Amino acid sequence: MVHTHEPRPRVGLFATCLVDLIRPSIGFAAAKLIEESGCEVVVPSQTCCGQPAFNSGDRATARALALQAIDAFQGVDYVVAPSGSCAGQLKKHYPELFAGEPDLARRAEAFSGKVHELVSFLVDVRGMSAVKARFDGAVTYHDSCAGLRELGIKTQPRKLLDSVEGLSVCEMKDPDVCCGFGGTFSVKYGEISDAIVSKKVDNISASNAPTLLAGDLGCLMNMAGKLQRLGRPVKARHVAEVLAGMGDEPAIGEPARR
Amino acid sequence: MTIHVPTSPAFKDNAHEALRDPALQRALGNVESGFIAKRRKAADKLPEFEALRDAARDIKNHTLAHLDLYLEAYEKRVTEAGGHVHFAPTADDARKVVIDICKRVGAKTIAKGKSMISEEIDLNGHLEAAGVTPVETDLGEYIIQLRGERPSHIVAPVIHLNRDQIEENFRAAHEGLPDDRDLSAPESLLAEARAMLRKKFLAADVGMTGANFLVAETGTSIIVTNEGNGDLSQTLPKVHIVLASIEKLVPTLDDVSQMLRVLARSATGQDITVYTTFSTGPRREADVDGPGEYHVILLDNGRSSMLGGEFREMLRCIRCAACMNHCPVYHAVGGHAYGWVYPGPMGSVLSPSLIGVDKAGHLPNASTFCGRCESVCPVRIPLPKLMRNWREKEFERHLSPATVRSGLRFWSFFARRPGLYRFATRVGMRALALAGRSKGRFASLPLAGGWTGSRDFAAPQGDTFQAQWRARAKR
Repeated sequence: MVHTHEPRPRVGLFATCLVDLIRPSIGFAAAKLIEESGCEVVVPSQTCCGQPAFNSGDRATARALALQAIDAFQGVDYVVAPSGSCAGQLKKHYPELFAGEPDLARRAEAFSGKVHELVSFLVDVRGMSAVKARFDGAVTYHDSCAGLRELGIKTQPRKLLDSVEGLSVCEMKDPDVCCGFGGTFSVKYGEISDAIVSKKVDNISASNAPTLLAGDLGCLMNMAGKLQRLGRPVKARHVAEVLAGMGDEPAIGEPARR
Repeated sequence: MTIHVPTSPAFKDNAHEALRDPALQRALGNVESGFIAKRRKAADKLPEFEALRDAARDIKNHTLAHLDLYLEAYEKRVTEAGGHVHFAPTADDARKVVIDICKRVGAKTIAKGKSMISEEIDLNGHLEAAGVTPVETDLGEYIIQLRGERPSHIVAPVIHLNRDQIEENFRAAHEGLPDDRDLSAPESLLAEARAMLRKKFLAADVGMTGANFLVAETGTSIIVTNEGNGDLSQTLPKVHIVLASIEKLVPTLDDVSQMLRVLARSATGQDITVYTTFSTGPRREADVDGPGEYHVILLDNGRSSMLGGEFREMLRCIRCAACMNHCPVYHAVGGHAYGWVYPGPMGSVLSPSLIGVDKAGHLPNASTFCGRCESVCPVRIPLPKLMRNWREKEFERHLSPATVRSGLRFWSFFARRPGLYRFATRVGMRALALAGRSKGRFASLPLAGGWTGSRDFAAPQGDTFQAQWRARAKR
């Protein structure tokens, strides 16, 4: 994957608010992978894609945050996010927010055309078919809903994981069924969310893989949080961390080694 | 007599109860194991299934765009065939038509095929109040009538029950049922119900069915069933009433044949249902059987006002239940928790239209937006998007909970000010990281009880990504 004779595309990394705040290592892993795919990475000043407002019916705030992000990412060739959910918001829902307003809709469409979820960007746009990374042991991969159903991400992460030395993928039952996170749903309807994630962690445990991977930190925090509450030994990581050879970070919700 | 009041405002309490009901949880396991794999298999067997979904969507869209014309054409054909069409703007109007017909012909009992519109207008309670005994003849509907319940699913009304519970109901209700009679197989329950119902079919004065489709070019109503009870309900009694809502119209028999190809596959994974019954008008002179009178009641009940608005796409729904069969929330709490007639994702869009978002506001909110419903909908209704539309309406009308509104306001104040946001989150995350450093996570957090009640919350790693990135860039 070396593109020496053409100028390197400029990728604006949309870290996502959860990665920015809770787990920056995913941001660094994403940056490393994007660079390895032959791109330059920039990180414009950013907050949130606006999905919590959009999904809570607060369209005005969702629009304001959409315009803020569109402005912040002017001048990049691609906008890449290590999350199917946030990338789906940027790519699929920003244009919806400005439907019927030709000027703004055009800007949202142009922006949308540049947006990709990280792993699908690496595979589908940059043609990456392997990574140089090592991770010892079996993993099981959860397909997060927005990535799967809004963006068609299913084979790409598995393809790259297959190239990780020492790693094997053990599929769980129903990897494509929601983990019960759903953003604010997980707090507003905590009991139902808990019932859904309880089934999910049973499927994770039954896969016998000691590591859970996924492409969305929200879902991962939900599943990791439930696994930990139940005292299950499975460790949860973002797929980008493993692909970038950064699988030695303490797993999600695990203390730093001293 | 039971008149049902929506319990949708108490959705959270309903869900709480449902999650703690072991019998219900046992029964709900059948939804996941029963419907999903069968639909997948049926769809995979048909190479043109996805194209058929497009065609089904387009047929319904076309019909809705010209619904006035198709309704008129349909009415004309029914009348030509010797039947009567009654337009019912409201539930009350529809009930009145039924009760008037029953009174005019002196009906004491009415044999009913399965109809969700009957549930929507809460017909049974009102019939009883008018002195007419409704007899549900669909096995599932028969069971819930015995139990005084509502269906918990639009295709499989008793999916919330286990076989042993049904056996108990039969033993309590069926006089003369010997104690030693083996009812341990579903087939034996069916035979027992069939024997009871057979007498009631013969005694019924009026038969009623719903309709899966109404055909404008021929004036035909169509039902799809697996038990044959619908056929008996509509051919044995001297009066046949079809109770349907206006969006059941499709233009032609060709259109119906396309719709049927997606309906059964999406609903039960069958290529086609055991019975697909067409009825057009009353018995003609040369006919060997059939009803003497044929009435069609076309219920509006708010639908025509949906036609011109943002929920129009919901009127494409053909009631296959694939959305609820694939819904993780439905799997968790079952249909009764939704508190009104239509459960699952389709109900979460339709119920606020029909009973008001002030009552049904929880329903479109209680979704993870996983999108699985939309991915299996045979007429491609964008259910998550329509649920989000309801959330917007709620927000505009200040119906969302105060905690949600103030939380959003607080968060958006920062999110809309990137400089301040970066500063504030940096301070906040450093503090939180310090507090959570030893364990790496929190077992409880203020204001996050909805989460930490059942899950740990991962502590931040330390400084924010943006701060760390900028620090590295400077070096």
